Order: sequence, then C-alpha cells, then structure tokens
Amino acid sequence: MASKKTNQNKVMPEDSNSRRDFIKKSGLFTALALTPPSLVMATEKKWDEKIAEYLETVPLSIEVNGTKHNLNIEPRTTLLDLLREQLQLTGTKKGCDHGQCGACTVHVNGTRILSCLSLATMQQNAQVTTIEGLSKGKKLHPMQEAFIKHDGFQCGYCTPGQIMSGIACIKEGHANSREEISEYMSGNICRCGAYHNIVDAITEVKEGGKEI
Amino acid sequence: MKNFQIIKALSSSSAITGKAKDDSSMFIAGGTNLVDLMKKNIVAPDKLVDINGLDLKKIEFLKGKVTIGALAKNSQVAEDASIKEKHPLLALALAAGASQQIRHMATVGGNMLQKTRCSYYYNTDMPCNKRVPKSGCGAIGGSNRMAAVFGTSDSCIAVHPSDMCVALAALDATVLVDGPKGKREIKFTDFHKLPGNTPEKDNTLDSRELITAVEIPDNNFSKNVHYLKVRDRTSYAFALVSVAVALDIKNNTINDVRLAMGGVAHKPWRLTETEKFLKGKTISEDLFKQAGHLSMKGAKGFGDNNFKLMLGENAVAEALTIAASK
Ligand SMILES: Cc1cc2nc3c(=O)[nH]c(=O)nc-3n(C[C@H](O)[C@H](O)[C@H](O)COP(=O)(O)OP(=O)(O)OC[C@H]3O[C@@H](n4cnc5c(N)ncnc54)[C@H](O)[C@@H]3O)c2cc1C
Ligand code: SF4
Ligand code: FES
Ligand code: FES
Repeated sequence: MASKKTNQNKVMPEDSNSRRDFIKKSGLFTALALTPPSLVMATEKKWDEKIAEYLETVPLSIEVNGTKHNLNIEPRTTLLDLLREQLQLTGTKKGCDHGQCGACTVHVNGTRILSCLSLATMQQNAQVTTIEGLSKGKKLHPMQEAFIKHDGFQCGYCTPGQIMSGIACIKEGHANSREEISEYMSGNICRCGAYHNIVDAITEVKEGGKEI
Repeated sequence: MKNFQIIKALSSSSAITGKAKDDSSMFIAGGTNLVDLMKKNIVAPDKLVDINGLDLKKIEFLKGKVTIGALAKNSQVAEDASIKEKHPLLALALAAGASQQIRHMATVGGNMLQKTRCSYYYNTDMPCNKRVPKSGCGAIGGSNRMAAVFGTSDSCIAVHPSDMCVALAALDATVLVDGPKGKREIKFTDFHKLPGNTPEKDNTLDSRELITAVEIPDNNFSKNVHYLKVRDRTSYAFALVSVAVALDIKNNTINDVRLAMGGVAHKPWRLTETEKFLKGKTISEDLFKQAGHLSMKGAKGFGDNNFKLMLGENAVAEALTIAASK
C-alpha cells in the first residue's frame, strides 16, 4: 500500500505541489535535466523510484479531529493509511483492509464510512472524526464510557470502529431495538464476540438521551 | 496498489472526454468495489476520473416515473421517504445489501457495475476467463457454491452479486447513459448480459459511457412486496439466492405481479414465465408452491451449488407468501 515516506508530510508551496502542474511547467525531461547532482547520484544508486514517487503526489487539505492539515499525498493513499501512517492517528484500526470488518470506520462530514476503501485524495476539505476526536480533554464520550461500563470489548481491536459505528447508529435513527442495533452494527465484526455487551452499551447511550 | 493519476470531473461532458482520452482510465464513484479490486491488482487503471463532483445525486419524482441519479448513495435511496412509500421493494433490496458504512459510500451507478464475487475472480493465482480472457474457469469443476444455475456458458458460471439490481429488474427500470456518441436509454433487463464466450464483459454499456440515472415507471406495487435474501449468515453477506417479488392483489386475485431472482445468473434473473402463470389466479399456498417449482425449470447445478435448485423453489414460494400476507 501507500509508502511511509516522511516527505509526503511536508507542506509544499501551493504553486509547485501537483505533479501535473510540475509537468505542465517544466516537462518531465527538463525536470530530469535540471535535477541537481545529488539527485542524479540518487538515481544512479537506484533511488530513482523514490524520486518518481515524490513527483507523483497531489495536494490535500483535510481537517481531522478539528485540526487542518495541508499535505502532499500519493493518489493511491487510502484515508486509513493517511490517518495511521502519515498523521500517526493509530486509534483507527486496520483489520481486513478490504471493506469486510468495519475496524476502520470513521466519520466523514458526519457520516460513517470505511476509511480503508476511501481514497484520501477524494476527501478534499472534508472534516474527519476518528476515535481520537471523541473525548473532550480528559472527559470520555458517553459511548466510550458505556463501552467500559458494559464491558463492550475484550481484546479491544474492533472497539474504535464499533464505537464510531455505535454513535452513527443512534444519530441515523437506527437504534430503536436490539434487533435494529444488531442489523445496523453488522458491518463491524468482533472476533471476540463482545456483541451482546456492545448492544447493551449502545442501548444505554440511546436511552440516556445525552447529546452525542 | 499501483499509483495512478486522478482528475476530478465537474460536468458529465468533461468526465466523458476526460475518460475517453485515455483507454486505461476509469470512473470512480464511491470506490467500494474499485478500490478493493485495485488493492488486489485485479484492475490497474493509469488514471481515475472522480465523478463525485457531478450533479447526479438527486431523486426526483416526475410525472409517471422517478429518476434516481447515478451518484445517489445506496443508503440515501434506501431511506428516502418517497421511495419507501412508492417503491418499497427497491428500499428493501438496498437495505439488504452490504453494511450501512458501505451503503453510505456506494452509489446506484457503481452498484450496477460491481464485479462478481466469484472467489476465482479475486484470486490472481487461479484461472478466470472474466479476469484474464481465455485463461480458463476455476469455478467449473472447482469450488462453485456461489455459482449460477441459469444462463451459464462453458466460459463462466459467475453470478451478479447486486441486491439492488434484482429489484430494478423486477420494477422495469431503465438506465440512462451518456457517452461520446450522445445519450441513450437501456432497458434494465438488457443492461447486464449472460457470459457467453465474452464473460469479461458484464453488461451492454460501452466502456466510454457514463451512467447518469435510473428511472422507474410508476406502478401499483406499494404494499405486497418482499425482498427475500438467503445467505450464509443472517446479515452482511452476499446472497446465495434472493427473490424480489411485487404483487398487486385485488379480492385475493393476482392482478399484476413481478418476480426476479438474484444469486442464480450472470444477471438479475427476471421470471416472466412464472409471472404469466400467476396473473389472474387466486392466492393459495399450493399456487405459490407451483410457482416456485416453475421458476427453477431449466436450472442446472455444477456440484457445490446443486442445493440452489431446491432452495430457489422454496425461496420463491416463501417470498410470494410473505408479500401476499403484508
Ligand atoms: C464487504 C462488502 C460487502 C458487500 N455486500 C453487498 C451486498 O450484500 N449486496 C450488494 O448489492 N452489494 C454489496 N457490496 C457491493 C457494493 O454495494 C458495491 O461495491 C457498490 O454498490 C459499488 O458502488 P460504488 O459507488 O462504490 O462503485 P465504485 O467502486 O466507485 O465503482 C464500481 C464500478 O463502477 C464504475 N462506475 C461507477 N459509477 C459509474 C457511473 N456513474 N457510470 C459508469 N461507470 C461507473 C467504476 O468505474 C467501477 O468500475 C458489498 C461490498 C463490500 C465491500
Ligand atoms: S465463474 Fe466466471 S468469474 Fe468465476 S472463475 Fe469462472 S470465469 Fe472467472
Ligand atoms: S479495515 Fe476497513 S473494513 Fe476492515
Ligand atoms: S473485542 Fe476483540 S475483536 Fe472485538
């Protein structure tokens, strides 16, 4: 998947940061001709792939948990990899990486989606909330408290995704019965089988009527 | 996943020209199928044309029909109050597909073009005529529990995995498309194709065309409808067999009926013979049993999927019974 190069994290000047702009302005061949000797060296040492990748990045502005980021990323970077590898927000988990487990569930513009099947470049100017963005200072979100109270997790791996889905489930109006909760939580797979307690936790938050 | 270029299209015409310029480019909508396939290197486009900026998200009720934009999300359509009221069969089928997170991303156009879930198609170490034409078919003579029982060929026995499309086939929908040669309409039942000897082609859309909308004509199927989905677990799995049924009942007599099945063919399988058989008849348990039997006439199993023949009969009878009792 996406490379972990740190230079993708750098904020680049607006006018030179897209590959297309770069090529339009200089042409790839001129770009190589103008390459400083240190990079030519790098090319000879087979670092050329890295340079090519560097040219293949696109700019992205995104707000994550209230913080704005101006980044340069490869088009193939998924939102999940952007969060975990580039922004170091490892609360969102990578389970299957193919849309089948729900571990990577986050909220984008208030809607729950799977970050592993979402290309980060397609989230231009989006507002993303991850598990790290739920608590207010030291005060946990009511759903986090309810998961602890009801023992809604065992190994805890699926828990961030479950909590993000649980909150969405109530906001969407799909938490009116245990059956409905189970159905609308079915995209979040828990290999430890903590399901019963998860439904208890969501039911309590729904019935508690607190703002979530 | 191989790296690629991505461009954002702001109008249908720029999306079409943007794609037409480059044969190895593809449209991307929700990405729930395409990104998955790209991660597995099953498809590897050089360029993606992001169509999410196009104005194709609306659900509009016009005289005699509803028009659903190709970029309307599956959850948006499933939960639209007017769709639930006028075309409840479509809402039920959509709600039975995937999970809520995926339905929030998945679009109507993308759902129609999703690829089969045949496990050999997904496994690049195995032969598959759909993935690599003329490489052979792993499922014929291999593990084929999910495979088709109708309309198969010697090259492919895969099924189309969509739930939504089964309802759209039953509801006589029309697909609206736009392309380099202009706009055209395709009858929903003509949209997907049988495998024949070109299983790599799933449908009759030209690769340069863009789906812009789906239209459903008004009907009298607002009450006695059901979408029955039989799967390996109660939720969040693809169908082994599914049945979409819509009945218009007057005084216990079937005035009009629509029936289609999923999980049995390379395309949503409309049961026109059974529809003819049921029309005008009085509702009874026995009638629905006969209808189930008639529906699976001509079906052929490939070993692991032989159970679908009996399952199909029972599922049709059960779906009719549930719809009639609503
Ligand atoms: C784990 C999992 C479980 C699922 N379970 C089910 C299920 O039970 N039932 C079910 O029906 N589906 C299921 N799905 C499939 C899901 O519904 C589809 O992936 C989704 O509908 C595809 O829509 P999309 O917008 O994400 O398409 P994309 O992935 O963006 O695109 C799919 C294809 O359509 C093309 N395309 C998209 N829009 C257009 C357009 N307007 N014009 C022309 N071409 C276009 C793309 O180029 C691509 O080839 C499941 C998916 C996953 C990952
Ligand atoms: S059934 Fe079709 S999709 Fe499956 S392996 Fe055979 S050719 Fe490929
Ligand atoms: S990691 Fe995204 S659904 Fe499993
Ligand atoms: S608590 Fe272990 S996977 Fe859910």
